[in-house]
Amino acid sequence: MAMLHTVNKSPTDRNTLESCIRLAKKGGSVLLIEDGVYGAIKGAAKADVVSNAMSGLSFYVLGPDLKARGISEDKLIDGIKVVDYNGFVDLVTEHDTTQSWL
Amino acid sequence: MSDIKKFMYVNRKAPYGTIYALESLEVVLIGAAFEQDVALAFVDDGVYQLTKGQDTKGIGVKNFSPTYNALGDYDVNKIYVEKESLESRGLTVDDLMPLKYEDEDDDWAEKDSIHVVSSAELSEIMDQSDVVLSF
Repeated sequence: MAMLHTVNKSPTDRNTLESCIRLAKKGGSVLLIEDGVYGAIKGAAKADVVSNAMSGLSFYVLGPDLKARGISEDKLIDGIKVVDYNGFVDLVTEHDTTQSWL
Repeated sequence: MSDIKKFMYVNRKAPYGTIYALESLEVVLIGAAFEQDVALAFVDDGVYQLTKGQDTKGIGVKNFSPTYNALGDYDVNKIYVEKESLESRGLTVDDLMPLKYEDEDDDWAEKDSIHVVSSAELSEIMDQSDVVLSF
């Protein structure tokens, strides 16, 4: 049964994203929201952690949080899908459970 | 003896996720009224405060990034951004707002406020401060 994980902390401020990726079961999804969206930028020191996890997990990022922080979509790691608030709701309904990493 | 002290504000948090960035900016603007020698440092996630193109309409939060452009008018024109912090986040100075000030000692020529400096350089600048406020 697939789980949706939301991560709202910057990967260079807390280790939330790394813990989530370490513990999330294959087949699940990770949605980066709020300061978590900084984890979606390619070329960053922690970008490999996300890229390497993509074989087992689907990655999404919340568009309005990207825009607020001035991150354009061409700066994102390849393979991360951008969703809006409706897409967030869809992800919640498509998964059996949601885990909010804080 | 001069009453002017060297103030340094150290910014280490991303905007919006916490209130630190906005609070720091407000303290800097309030402090500017006291005509001290002010410098700002942006390190770690603090460099995210200066990214250009911030648009917060979608999250229902005030976009305070245009306010950084006002710093030059308050004689706050020493803005140091740590190079290592930018690089480890996949950013360059081109991703930041082009903050400017007018130099009254140089016929009001428009100059860049942002200086990208190495850790070693920033260490020296911090060491020469009289008062350091950390956000």
